Amino acid sequence: MNFKHKFVFLFPGLFVLIGILIFPIIFTIRLSLSGWNSYTPEMNFIGITNYIRLFTDDPRFWESFFRLSFLSVTTVILQYVIGFALAMMVWREIKFKRFFRVIFLVPMMTTPVIMTVIWRTFFHESLGPVNDLLGGLGVKPILWLSDPVIAKFTVIIVEVWQWTPFMFLLLLAGLLSLPKEPFLAAAIDGASPFRKFVYVTFPLMAPISIGAIIIRLIEASKIMDTVFVLTSGGPGTATETSSFYIYIKGLREFQMGYAATLSFTYLVIMIISLTIIAKVLTKLMIKE
Amino acid sequence: MKTIKTCVTALISALLVFSPVAYADKWSDQFPHIKATGDIPGDCSYESMSKKNYKGKTLKINTHAVPVMGEPTALHAEQFAKLTGAKVDVTHTPAGDLYAKAMVPFQAGQAPYDIVFGFSNFINDWRRYLEPVPKKYVEMKQMKDVTPSHIGVASWDGVMYQFPVDGDRHYLKYRKDVIDNPEYQKQYKEATGKELRVPQTWKEYGEMAAYFNNWDWDGDGEKEYGSAEVMKKDDLMYAAFYSRSAAYSKNPKTPGGFFFDLETMKPLINNPGFVEALTDWVEATKYVPPGGINFGLGDEIGSFGGGQTLFSFSWDDAFVAAMQPDSPINNKVGAAQLPGATKVWNRKTNSWDEGFNQAPFFVWGWAVGVAKKSKEKEMAFDYLCFFANEANHQADIGIGRFGVNPFRNDDFKVDVWTQIGWDKDIAQSYVDTLAQMEQSKNRVFPLRVPGTFEFNAALATAAAKALAGQLSPQAALDEAAKQWEDILNRVGKDNVRKAYAVGVAMEDNKQ
Repeated sequence: MNFKHKFVFLFPGLFVLIGILIFPIIFTIRLSLSGWNSYTPEMNFIGITNYIRLFTDDPRFWESFFRLSFLSVTTVILQYVIGFALAMMVWREIKFKRFFRVIFLVPMMTTPVIMTVIWRTFFHESLGPVNDLLGGLGVKPILWLSDPVIAKFTVIIVEVWQWTPFMFLLLLAGLLSLPKEPFLAAAIDGASPFRKFVYVTFPLMAPISIGAIIIRLIEASKIMDTVFVLTSGGPGTATETSSFYIYIKGLREFQMGYAATLSFTYLVIMIISLTIIAKVLTKLMIKE
Repeated sequence: MKTIKTCVTALISALLVFSPVAYADKWSDQFPHIKATGDIPGDCSYESMSKKNYKGKTLKINTHAVPVMGEPTALHAEQFAKLTGAKVDVTHTPAGDLYAKAMVPFQAGQAPYDIVFGFSNFINDWRRYLEPVPKKYVEMKQMKDVTPSHIGVASWDGVMYQFPVDGDRHYLKYRKDVIDNPEYQKQYKEATGKELRVPQTWKEYGEMAAYFNNWDWDGDGEKEYGSAEVMKKDDLMYAAFYSRSAAYSKNPKTPGGFFFDLETMKPLINNPGFVEALTDWVEATKYVPPGGINFGLGDEIGSFGGGQTLFSFSWDDAFVAAMQPDSPINNKVGAAQLPGATKVWNRKTNSWDEGFNQAPFFVWGWAVGVAKKSKEKEMAFDYLCFFANEANHQADIGIGRFGVNPFRNDDFKVDVWTQIGWDKDIAQSYVDTLAQMEQSKNRVFPLRVPGTFEFNAALATAAAKALAGQLSPQAALDEAAKQWEDILNRVGKDNVRKAYAVGVAMEDNKQ
């Protein structure tokens, strides 16, 4: 088989790659160099004007990015801790193990938008049941969605509820695949459960943990539906995230060119920051 | 035998006497929606549409989600299909996506929908993709009854692009059973030294709302609150802000622009008039129901319509919902023009002009047009004409959730409303309010310029920051004004000026 024949076999995959990945990225870059909007509906060329605007005159994007960083890091840490705890619980021989495994996965099986609508109803400050219950306990109504600080935590609650099962699933799969020998050795040495966790389970789970955290960080950094339905980015801009802001610019205000600039910049930032995070996590969690 | 003969004679006589009525109602038998009026003769009546044959043709419509405007669109589509044999596909889209859902195919030169619903302030962006309403429809009897204000809203430079199906304005709704209650009037006077009356100014509105906030003033065992308002960003809140601003900023002595100074195109939204309005609005966060800062239009309708608040101001829907027979506050509400102010900003002298000022806001509303690239234009216009025919219109305006509001001179007759169960004095206050707004010479019309969405979104974001306490009213509006300058520079001042002049001419009573 000569060199050309090899290419024939590569072409189908290459075409698919170009179609679904390379072309959209190149198109986005080209769009970002245009002023396409509702009143100039054309792919004109305005150079890097949009990028200059983004870096010199759009604090709202950067605020939404830092807000997103806070929300995604917080939710992923909570999901990891809770997911790990739940996975440890059903990893052991406990009663109704299978039942719990299924129950813990239910939130992930539900549709995020519908569940967020239900959460919004729960947290409705004057009509929702949460404040009613708290009122029954003598607690004053909490401004779940109208207080700029509390609203962020409301978003975190919903995200954690929805996506902890995903973390649970990955970590449980990791726990089930761990070799038995290190645990037997630790048991023979008389290690306490805590020491077993710190010196055996956690280090063995590190590669899977890093994978799970990175996957969830990638997903959490795209948080949109929860914010859209729960708070619409409000009150004010208190819960506005990057993807929601890009949606507003692109599909509400119809600034297609500028939204493409935001999207591409966001993509580059995410690639760089997630690569750094992965490296840092590897260094911290995996001891040679 | 004699009894039988008498009965038969009576039956035959009755049939003969009432046969015209029976004929007029043959359509309401099939279509109970119009049972109150039966079919009303006209170019687009049930009778006229039944003579059209669109069998084998498909009409595609993009409209709002159910119920507001989405429900009547679907209902009339079903009726239209039955009458003409056409197939009608209705797609429902959330309000925030209506613009983009039409605009993306418009810009791509496609017409996936023959009919697109949106808001009347889309007109400047959409008109190049819409077919002007043909002369035969413009000259129809049902169109002749549309008020001049709403003909103006549906038209651009004298050409009608949007088929009038709805009329919109913001006005005040209040709990008549509280404001007119002598006990409460006495109590309020003792507590504040002021009269309890329909608020004449926004300051009075705020004082009364604050007084009637957070206690059970209607004795239903639940707490009530001062006011329900649309305060949620990206959910039409900018329209609510303009309503609150009009009295402080629309000075009849300074024609030539409410949003911009038409001469210089300098944004006016951070002048002391608008700042005063935003300061009032920030204060209002203290007398809305818990979570009221996140109320969208649906929440506002539900809150006031459900009897939760003393006041509300926005579109007609909350009022009509409150007046429906199943409402807990049926016939306990009143309508009045938006409150005014005791001073108004004069941008020429850079000072306040003292004295009462009031300015109705003819806010944008539902609008609908036919795509220029549609292959079924005639059928599309027939559908719209049928949608808005007299019988459908009279039935639709009495259903709050439909979002169809008065826009015809006939709608301002008291009988139209008493027929559907409204008390006469309430119906009178309602039609008087609407008529006074039509007659006002100090009106504000919505911003309809290229980039409308950007301008309104920038304003809404800034106002939302002030409501959430992230910025002071002045700082928030300075931020919005700066963004408006940036948008002007991107869109081009002359482009915006040219379009804005059309609205200013309406505001200055030159059209």
